[in-house]
Amino acid sequence: MMDLRELYQEIILDHGRHPRNFRKIEHPTHFAQGHNPLCGDRVTVYLALDDERITDVSFQGRGCAISTAAASLMTEVLKGKTVADARALFAQFHARVTGGQPAEELSVPLAEDMDRLEPLTGVKAYPARVKCATLSWHALEAALKGRDGSTVKTE
Amino acid sequence: MTTAILRSISPELDPRRLRREFPIFANNPDLVFLDSAASAQKPRAVIDGLAEYYRTDYANVHRGVYRLSARSTELYEEARDRVRRFLNAADSREIVFVRNTTEAINLVAQSWGPAFLREGDEVLISELEHHSNIVPWQLLRDRIGIRLVVAPIDVTGGLDLAGFEARLSPRTRLVATTHIANATGSLVPVERVVELAHRRGARVLIDGSQAAPRLPIDVQALGCDFYAFTGHKVYGPTGIGVLYGRFDLLSAMPPYQGGGEMILHVSFEKTEYQEPPHRFEAGTPNIAGAIGLGIALDFIEELGRENILDHEEVLTGCGVDRLSQIPGLRLLGAGQRRLGILSFDLDGVHPHDVAQVLDQQHVAVRAGHHCAQPLMERLGLSGTTRASLGVYNDETDIERLATAIEAARELFAR
Repeated sequence: MMDLRELYQEIILDHGRHPRNFRKIEHPTHFAQGHNPLCGDRVTVYLALDDERITDVSFQGRGCAISTAAASLMTEVLKGKTVADARALFAQFHARVTGGQPAEELSVPLAEDMDRLEPLTGVKAYPARVKCATLSWHALEAALKGRDGSTVKTE
Repeated sequence: MTTAILRSISPELDPRRLRREFPIFANNPDLVFLDSAASAQKPRAVIDGLAEYYRTDYANVHRGVYRLSARSTELYEEARDRVRRFLNAADSREIVFVRNTTEAINLVAQSWGPAFLREGDEVLISELEHHSNIVPWQLLRDRIGIRLVVAPIDVTGGLDLAGFEARLSPRTRLVATTHIANATGSLVPVERVVELAHRRGARVLIDGSQAAPRLPIDVQALGCDFYAFTGHKVYGPTGIGVLYGRFDLLSAMPPYQGGGEMILHVSFEKTEYQEPPHRFEAGTPNIAGAIGLGIALDFIEELGRENILDHEEVLTGCGVDRLSQIPGLRLLGAGQRRLGILSFDLDGVHPHDVAQVLDQQHVAVRAGHHCAQPLMERLGLSGTTRASLGVYNDETDIERLATAIEAARELFAR
C-alpha cells in the first residue's frame, strides 16, 4: 500500500480545506449536480459559457477532501478554456485516475493543466476513491450536455 | 476502566483466544476488524462445516427417497429447529428461511401487506430505520395506497417513545421497527413498542439484524408478530436469513413466490400450497447456508449469549470513554443505551477521509450513510464513520481505532 501522503498530497489537503471557486454563479448558462450514491455526497457545478469559451466555473456541495480538492482544481484549470479543451482534459484525467491509457496526447498548454491535476491521480491505487476524484467532472460533463439541473451519478 | 478490562478478558469470552477461531485474522495478522455491523467474520467451525456438508451430506432437500437426500433434509430441518431455539419460538414451522433481513421484510410487505391492509391503513416505522425497513413499505404504499408514518427520534438520537405513541392511530395496522439502529447503535425499547402497538391492535415486525448478534432474543417473551435477522451478521454465511412469524399469521398469508417446494399439488387450473414455512420457500433453498447458520448459532450459544452481551456492553463503554477524549469527535446516539456500534462525526473531516486513514493503519470501519439516508438527513450529516464490534474485538482494537482517528484528525486539521 502506498503512503497516505501520496494520496493526500499537500495541494489536495489545501484545496480540500480551502476550496477555490466555492460559490454559486448567479446566472449560469449551464449547471448540473453530481451525486455519489456510495457516500451520499453531492456537488453542483455551475458554468458561464460565452459561445464555446468557459468564462466562469464554480461549484458548491459537500464532499471528502479528494472530491472537494478535485472540484476546486477543476474549476481553476477550466476557467478560460473552450468546451473542447474541457472535454479533452476530462478524457485525459479520467484515463489517468483509472489507470487506463490516455486517448490522445494533449496540446502543450493543456498538458500543463494536466500536470496541475496530477496530484489527484494517486486515487488510482484506491479504487473506492476514484469516484471522489471524478464526481465534479461528471457533473461538468452533464452540464455541458445541456442537461441543466440534472443529476448525474458516478455509477 | 480497570474493572471493564478485567471483565471483558474474563475466561468466558476471551477475544484474544477467540481470534484464533477466525482464520481471517491469521491471514491478515495486523487487521483490526471493526465492521461486524456490515458483516461479521466467520469462525472456522462455520467455514469447515460448510465444506464438510458439501463433502459428505449434500443432496437436494424434500425430494429424493434416497438416503443422502433424506440426510440432507434432516440437516436442513435441524438447522430450522436450531433457529427456533435461538429465538425461543414456539414452533419450528414459524421459522422461514430467506436470503437476508431485507428479503424477510419484503416477504411480509408483499404477502401479508396486500392480504391484510387496505387503502388508508397505516404502517408505522421510525427515523432510525435502515433502507430495508423503509423501501419495502414505500413499494407497498405505491401499490395499494397505505400510508407510511414515521416516528421521530429524540434529541439524544434514540426513538422518541412519546412521539411514537402519538403516531399510533386507529388505522395503524403494523409497526415495523429496528431493534438496534445500524447507523447509531441505539437500542429501541421493543418490549414497550410491542405493548403500545398491541394495545392498539397493530402487528409488530422487528428488524433484528444488529440485535441478533448481540442480544439474547425471546420472541415469545417479546410477543412480537414478526422478527427478522440475517445469517452473515451472526457469524454465519451470506445468503441466508430468517423470518420468524407467528404461525397463525403465516398460515393466513398467501405465498410470496411461486415454484417448486412450496406446493402440495399443481394442475394448470389450480394449485394447492404447502403449509408454512415451506409455502414461503419456493425453489431449492440455500441448504448449505441454513446448515452453516445453524453451526454459527451453535458457536454463539457455546460462547454464551449473556457473555456476548456482557462483552459488547463493556467494550462499547470502553469505546465511548476512549473516543470521547478525542477533541472534535461527536458520537451519535449519545445518552441512549447503545450496543456494539460507535458511530461518529469528526469535526471538519469527511467520513471517507477518516476511513481512508484508518485503513492505512489496517483498521476496517464503515464510512457513509449506512443505508440510513433519512436518518443522516435528520441528523444534518451526509454520513458518519462507524466502528462496530464483534466477539473478536478487545480494548487493544479500541486503542488502535482511537490512535488512528487521532492521526486522521492531525492530517486534516485546518
